[in-house]
Amino acid sequence: MSKLILFVFAWLVWCLLTWPPSLPVLLAGAGVAALVAYLTGDLFVKRPHLLRNPVRYWYFCFIFLPVFVWQCLRANVDVAWRVLNPRLPIRPGIVRVHTELKSDVGLTFLANAITLTPGTMTVDIDRGAGVLYIHCIYVKETEIEAASREISGRFEYILREIFE
Amino acid sequence: MIDFVHVVGMVFIGGGVAFDLFGCLGLVRLPDVYNRLQAATKCVTLGTCSVLLGTCLIVGPSGGGWRALLCILFVVLTAPVSAHAIARGAHRAGIRLWEGSVSDAYSEDRDALNAKQQARNDNAPATPQTETRT
Repeated sequence: MSKLILFVFAWLVWCLLTWPPSLPVLLAGAGVAALVAYLTGDLFVKRPHLLRNPVRYWYFCFIFLPVFVWQCLRANVDVAWRVLNPRLPIRPGIVRVHTELKSDVGLTFLANAITLTPGTMTVDIDRGAGVLYIHCIYVKETEIEAASREISGRFEYILREIFE
Repeated sequence: MIDFVHVVGMVFIGGGVAFDLFGCLGLVRLPDVYNRLQAATKCVTLGTCSVLLGTCLIVGPSGGGWRALLCILFVVLTAPVSAHAIARGAHRAGIRLWEGSVSDAYSEDRDALNAKQQARNDNAPATPQTETRT
């Protein structure tokens, strides 16, 4: 099941990369995709039953993506403003952030989303304790609960619906 | 109508180039590795994605357009991971935060984290090395 999902995904990527499609190219792509799916299928899709739930796609496309794009734009304007400001208003530091997420994919998306949003960047994850170490360009809260609300709270409740 | 799409694409490309420029300015102006990575990941990711989106709009749904969209996906997935790897590697190599930094929770917890990692490695099943030796 998980190999089949990876095969379809890999073939789709191949088709988009080699657009416009023709028969020999499509056949070669099917061969390559089958090889990739056979070798690495178990690594990528560990819980295929989650992919059958349409509510998760709905949450991903219409709640996570808009929130993420909006935060990403804000992040860029914010960092650009700090860089262009002659006084360079930064107050950097590394803070702890607590997270409830446990799954690999959920943590990856949370860490990536944090890295791409306002002045925050994931440095390391302690999975056992559920702690993320975040480098902030402007530290507002060093205390863990307040920092969690400020930094991961924006995404965590959405990602929990999608990946947990 | 095609002209309108073309203009929108050009606006995206212009904005993307501007954000790439801000990112490079940040690389020059900010004080240490970690702050520079902030500028590099955020401004340059959005700038590059914006340029690619503009390209996709101008080229339309042909080979180049689809490839540009795929590149957006890959950049968004890989840029934060590489930034995360560089930051972690820099910290582990002993590079200090800028002296104006207000807190460094990671170096406070580093010893405990290393001990945990060590314990995990010790508990891991025996490596095939022993098999090849016998």
